[in-house]
Formats: sequence, structure tokens, C-alpha cells
Amino acid sequence: MQQKLTVSQLTKYIKQLFSYDNLLSNVCVTGEISNFKLHSSGHMYFTLKDEHSVIKCVMFKTYNRRLRFKPEDGLKVIIRGYVSIYEAGGSYQLYPEYMEPDGLGDLYLAFEQLKQKLEREGLFSAEYKKRIPFLPARIGVITSPTGAVIRDIMNVLFRRFPNVVLKIFPVMVQGEGAGKQISRALDMINKARAADVIILARGGGSLEELWPFNEEILARSIFKSEIPVISAVGHETDFSISDFVADLRAPTPSAAAELVVPEKDALKRHIMDARIRLKRALAGKIQREKQFLAQLSKSPSLRHPLDKINQLRIDLEQLNKRIENAMERKLESAASRFSVAFGKMDALNPLNVLSRGYSIARSSGKKIIKSVSDVKKDDMIEITITDGSLMCSVTDVMPGT
Amino acid sequence: MDEVKSFEDAVNQLEKIVELLEKGDIPLEESLELFQKGVALSNYCARKLDETEKKIIKLIEENGELKEENFGQEAQ
Repeated sequence: MQQKLTVSQLTKYIKQLFSYDNLLSNVCVTGEISNFKLHSSGHMYFTLKDEHSVIKCVMFKTYNRRLRFKPEDGLKVIIRGYVSIYEAGGSYQLYPEYMEPDGLGDLYLAFEQLKQKLEREGLFSAEYKKRIPFLPARIGVITSPTGAVIRDIMNVLFRRFPNVVLKIFPVMVQGEGAGKQISRALDMINKARAADVIILARGGGSLEELWPFNEEILARSIFKSEIPVISAVGHETDFSISDFVADLRAPTPSAAAELVVPEKDALKRHIMDARIRLKRALAGKIQREKQFLAQLSKSPSLRHPLDKINQLRIDLEQLNKRIENAMERKLESAASRFSVAFGKMDALNPLNVLSRGYSIARSSGKKIIKSVSDVKKDDMIEITITDGSLMCSVTDVMPGT
Repeated sequence: MDEVKSFEDAVNQLEKIVELLEKGDIPLEESLELFQKGVALSNYCARKLDETEKKIIKLIEENGELKEENFGQEAQ
């Protein structure tokens, strides 16, 4: 009878076999990820498959921490690791120690993944971009303190504007931990409000060398920065995540220096120009006002201000005369009408009739005698003539024939 | 006229004033006022340009605080 083994003993034995195998303890496999799960413990669980087979994979936290991209279903990957037995499950599994995207570089993929993620979160949105101050007095530069980059920036900066304050925060610009350091520098300058604008600068390099500027921690710091940030990383053709999050992307570090300050001489000229234009405009205005005044003073009413009054006076006199004349004429006609009437009245005046030799006879009752029948014989009558009266006695009454 | 908030603001105001004056259709008294404002703004701008003094400073972190030091000859 053979020796009886427990399940555990058998499993252990198989596990040992696996570990003695050179290929299984260090194998390189390509395949496609499916059923990917990131457990709360930090370990990654997924299956790797091709058209015909699948193998379960567990990538422990210790190893997956180093991944710069995010594994996801459907992604074709190259894995290096070992195959072992999962005793409690009675299954064999692949334990990746290293993984990279098949085809694309892992950095490239990581870049694309982070870019998509941050874009979805809105970190690149134009609405969050701050304006770069027009005339910043204090310019912060986070970069390597040695090398061409800082020299280029200083040259351009002080050529354009000789009197600015340049504050350099020296950092590593490549390698492990650089992203964190740059992010920290940015946070520190913000906390101390030590600059009016901040330039992140690095010269050209490979994607690997530029990597710190593609790290999420730096992207978050740039987004959080209350001081406007200019990203000037690599050459004109290099794009980094920091370029997308920053308030302004400069194609090169020297270009950043060009963008960050205006040219002082040009500004001075501009201001002097404005002064000259001001003076010229005012002088022109005064000249025009003078001309206008001269024209006004030539106008007749201003040159002979009494003319008008004299004219009015003449007019007034004429009017007066016309009124007088009118009155006179009126009076004359009234007078002539009066004298006609007077003539008529004169003719009718009985005294005038008497003067022509007529007389008036009145009875003793002072009634004018108009008929012989008004008088009888022996009546006393009074006869008025032009210069007196005669008292007469009627001797006879002889009616006319 | 608004308060001057910054150099840029001053330059913008100055430009506006120059344009207004150049149009010439503003009464003389107002023109004089604008002119005075313009001159004051241009003085301000000219002064502002020379205000700062050239300095190169090195920023370092010390015990969690930002410190300023003179920048050496490393990059000069």
C-alpha cells in the first residue's frame, strides 16, 4: 500500500515542484487582461487570456505600486513573474512582478491614462486658467539650479526687463521623487505667497526624463496653485501633463521668460508715446477752440455790439413817428369833421340868423310867435333883434293872403 | 475714472484717455481734466516700471518653511 498523503501535503508537493522549475519561477507571458479587480488590500486580481486559454493572476501591492499605468480589461500586457500554487484554492496562478503594456510603452500609456482622467475631472478646463500678470514683480522659477535652462531664463528675463525679482527654487527635474519635489516647491511658494507667477522649467529629454512633469501629484499642485503657473517643459514638440494643467504653456523655458515679462523698453516707449499723443491732442483741442473763438469774434454781432441797439432805436423812432402821424391824421380828420359840424351848427344858431337882420317875436308868455293867430290886437310882444329887444304893442292883426 | 488697480490697468486707462482726447469732441474743460489724468497715469506707469530692484533669490525649504537666500554664482 502506498503512503497516503493529505491534500495539503499533496498540494505542498506540487507547489515545491513548481518552485524548482526554472521556467515557472521566472516566466515572461503576454496576454490580455480580463476580470480586473483592484482589491481594497491593494492587491490586483485578474485573469490573463489568449484565444484558447486563461490563467489567473495576482499582482501583489508591493509590485503593482511601481506601475505607472492603470491595468484594465482588454489591455494587452507583457508580464514577468512566477507561477505557483494557491493552496487554499487548489489552483495554479501567475504572480506578476513586473507588467508593461504590450506595444505601447508603459509611460506612454500612463501619460494617456492620466491625461484622460484629469481631463474628465476638468483640470484642463479653460475656465480655471488664471491670467498671467502683466507686470509681475516677483517671478518664481522651479527648476534645476544648474545648466542651460536657468541660464537661458535669466538671460531672456533680464534682457527684457532688467529690474525684476527672480526667485529660484532648486529642484531635481528628473528621476524618482522629482515630481513630488516639484509639487512640494509649488505648494511652498503658494503657501508663502512668495511670487506673482511661477514657471516650471525643464530642458528637453526623453519621455522617461520628462516624467516628473507627467505625475499626478504635480498636476494636482498646479491645479491647486493660486499663483498663475507657466509650464515650460522640454522642447516645443514635447507635451507634458503639466502643460495641460498650467495656466499657460510655454514651448521652451526661454519662451516662458519671454511670456512672463513685457519688454521694458517697448513699454517705456509706449508710455512716452501716449504722453506725446496726450499733449498733441490737447494742443490740437486748444488750437481748434482758439480758431472757433476767433471766428466768433469776427461775427457781426460781436464786432459791433451797438449796431443792433442802434438799429432797434431807429426802428423804434420810426414806429414812434408812424404812431404820431397816425394820431395827427386822426386828429385832423376829427377836427375837420368838427368844424363842418360847427359850421352847420353856426348856420342853425338863431343868434346868427338875427345878425343877418332877422328878428324873433315872442308873446308876453315868452312863446315864439309863429302865426298871426298867436297874437291879438293890443297884445304886448317882445321882438328880439341882434343887439337887443323891443317891447312893442300890436296895433293890427293882418292874416296873410 | 476708476481707481488704478495695476500697471496694466493704468496702461489701459491711459490708452483710453489718449483715444478720447484724440477724438477731440470733448469739451475743453473735460479735455483738460482728461489730460491731467493721462499725465498722472503715465507718471504712475513710468514710476512703476522702475519700482522694482533686480534681485536673484534662492528659495529653500527649511523646517517646513520657505526661506530666501541670495542666489550664488552657480548659474551666472
